[in-house]
Amino acid sequence: MNKQLAEQLRKRSKAAWLERIGKIVSFSALALITLTVFAIIIFVASKGLATFFDNHVNFWNFLTGKNWNPTITDKSGQPEVGALPMITGSFVVTLLSALLATPFAIGTAIFMTEISPRRGARILQPVTELLVGIPSVVYGFIGLTVVVPVIRTIFGGSGFGILAGTFVLFVMILPTVTSMSVDALKTVPRYYREAALALGATRWQTIYKVILRAATPGLLTAIVFGMARAFGEALAVQMVIGNAALMPSSLVSPSSTLTSVLTTGIGNTVMGSLDNNALWSLALVLLVMSLIFNLIVRLIGRKGAMHK
Amino acid sequence: MNPKTANKIATGVLYGTAGTIVLILAALLGYIIVTGLPHISWHFLTSPSKAFTAGGGIGIQLFNSFYLLVLTLLISFPIALGAGIYLNEYAPKNALTSLIRTAIEILSSLPSVVVGLFGFLIFVVQFGFGFSILSGAFSLTFFNLPLLTRSIEEALAAVPETQREGGLALGLSRWETVIYIILPAALPSILTGVILSAGRIFGEAAALIYTAGQSAPALDFANWNPFDISSPLNPMRPAETLAVHIWKINSEGIMPDAKAVSSGASAVLVIAVLLFNLSARYIGRRLFKKLTAAD
Amino acid sequence: MFINPTSQHQHNDNTAWLDRNIVAPAATAETPVVLETKGMHVYYGGNEALYEGDLQFLEHQITALIGPSGSGKSTFLRSLNRMNDNVAKVTGQILYRGVDVNQPDIDVYEMRRRIGMVFQRPNPFAKSIYENIVFALRRRGMTDKKQLDEIVETSLKQAAIWEEVKDKLDQSALALSGGQQQRLCIARALAVKPDILLLDEPASALDPVSTSQLENTLLKLKASYTIIIVTHNMQQAARISDYTAFFNLGRVLEYDETSRIFTSPKVQLTNNYVAGDFG
Repeated sequence: MNKQLAEQLRKRSKAAWLERIGKIVSFSALALITLTVFAIIIFVASKGLATFFDNHVNFWNFLTGKNWNPTITDKSGQPEVGALPMITGSFVVTLLSALLATPFAIGTAIFMTEISPRRGARILQPVTELLVGIPSVVYGFIGLTVVVPVIRTIFGGSGFGILAGTFVLFVMILPTVTSMSVDALKTVPRYYREAALALGATRWQTIYKVILRAATPGLLTAIVFGMARAFGEALAVQMVIGNAALMPSSLVSPSSTLTSVLTTGIGNTVMGSLDNNALWSLALVLLVMSLIFNLIVRLIGRKGAMHK
Repeated sequence: MNPKTANKIATGVLYGTAGTIVLILAALLGYIIVTGLPHISWHFLTSPSKAFTAGGGIGIQLFNSFYLLVLTLLISFPIALGAGIYLNEYAPKNALTSLIRTAIEILSSLPSVVVGLFGFLIFVVQFGFGFSILSGAFSLTFFNLPLLTRSIEEALAAVPETQREGGLALGLSRWETVIYIILPAALPSILTGVILSAGRIFGEAAALIYTAGQSAPALDFANWNPFDISSPLNPMRPAETLAVHIWKINSEGIMPDAKAVSSGASAVLVIAVLLFNLSARYIGRRLFKKLTAAD
Repeated sequence: MFINPTSQHQHNDNTAWLDRNIVAPAATAETPVVLETKGMHVYYGGNEALYEGDLQFLEHQITALIGPSGSGKSTFLRSLNRMNDNVAKVTGQILYRGVDVNQPDIDVYEMRRRIGMVFQRPNPFAKSIYENIVFALRRRGMTDKKQLDEIVETSLKQAAIWEEVKDKLDQSALALSGGQQQRLCIARALAVKPDILLLDEPASALDPVSTSQLENTLLKLKASYTIIIVTHNMQQAARISDYTAFFNLGRVLEYDETSRIFTSPKVQLTNNYVAGDFG
């Protein structure tokens, strides 16, 4: 055996050294992000759970109570931390805005992929990208200066409320749902369309009976993503919903969402106090809902994969 | 219904929905520009805001937004780059990698207000940074990391495998190959991703109201010592950004010309984001052409 | 990765008859064995994909690896300088001048510098012609401009592309034609002064004129390098190689001097394949 050559080949080269360093450095960056995610979950959970463990608020009362006055104790001596009004508010604006946005988003997505791909790429794609890019405070500001006065004129009252929040969120999630729906429709293989058209189906029959069905998991994912965004949106909603921590009595009466109470409340409470802890519990609900939306997306993805 | 009639009606409806979206954008942009542009002047863009009287500007907020943007990118880009490189070049297909990917997905879907609250808890309170640019920049980093990481990973993945083989076959490590060959080749799309993320950072407010704060103390633009409290560069001062300013004056502002100021500020914000968007496309395309230039 | 000892055993039994058809080339003092495989197996995800015969490669000779697609010739080639490390497990010995380089303590980067590779599709970096050549040298710390210039000129001359590009060294390598790009890639591989050059179907993406230029280049390079080339083009193997190995279904069926493989092969399959009526 060639000893000198063996030695040369066994010596650690600069490249090997760099490779090791690079691997460590890049993995550290990735580990940092991952640890942050766990830190966020752990910190928010520990703060949010303090309401129940340190302040001994009944968890069920928190979820179902209708009165939110953390500084006041009710007749039975329990602080009034009923989060139902905010939870209701969040769910109602989310569902309504998703309900409103879905037909527009999917319709536009179909237009972009099936009817006029050329115009879709040249006009609608930049339009959706620009709509995604508009900051949420701008949506909130327009909601405040345009939507709220219009609602006020038509329905009376202050104009603030769930309806205004729904409209603002509708426009905000519209581009997200649209562009994800486009991606979903684009994954439907070309020959599905050609096969259906060759059988004499009209374009609409092809879209309705073949393409939409094949793309259902992807479209559902798009809608869930839109809902997740609506549920977590804070400032735009806070600006138009009226911020009254009351059970919504109508779509046009001032209400609140989890995020709106959080944004207005955190600065006005003292860390560690019950009313502050109660707000962290709302943040925890937000976090858990975000995880649930994630889970739903995963389940849809797995089910969609199974059907293929 | 006759399938042909149904087809016609459906096509009409689809044209209608697509048209609606275009109309919505046109109306939004039109409204913002038309109501906002008249308020924009050199004075408006450069002078400090006023809390109780009319005639205030957005100078300090504008500066804060840019400063925060630069700091955030400085912190988040290297991290996202490292993470993107590891995910695309080294990550084995195993349980740990899929756990990491799940974590990043969760971070990207977290409401920004939750990210902001975490930043408040850790940086403002725990580390004692107070309401400061630094707290804000760290919080925005969390907000920015998942999307930036993904866009860098995608940019790297788009560079053909043969380029990596070329480097490896010369006796170079994968790391050297990635840094000196793959990264330059992926630069146009990475840059596009960075600029698009810059637009998102620039408009973000929810993650900032409890981290960078809601006040904009007067700055002395002649003082560039970053350790001085009145210096614009001081990272430990509270810094209300443009987006936060719009929110603030609309939800609790008491200045008489709140609406005019917010119109102007919204227009500035939207124009800035538009510029980010357009320049991302332009620079991406330009660089791509330059890299693959035939001459 | 799990290696099933019984399956290995079976293979040895089943393939014992093959060894008769693998003729070890006659090594001399002038042309010693440079590279040799012993008991090499390649596993993809636990399943054995390839059983390779024991082959010897002589210094300053061109050896062609031929066989139908999927026969494992490219996998074999890529295993020789461990380009398959991340995708497959390779067992057995790969002896480079007597040193087993298929060992964990071998520095693969130093090894690959000595055993270079050129690929099927030309893959110049998105840099200038000059930078393509000096890139690896710079990374290894060579900074002397004069020295670099010299290496650029020699390697480009060796790869027979100097005359075509000497006036546009600072232009993008991507602007070259496919054939020029491939010769540039050869020059790039030569710049780090390898001992062995592995070529994986280097002409498959080229037109006939470029192919013949490439073949002439290889014939000239033979004087200073050991060349192992995978090709699906039988005429090419016949034109340029001294030895030929015929691969089928992951095995070497026959290995001998090229003239014998093409005129009087021992195995019927080889005969069918080189005659063009295969499968």
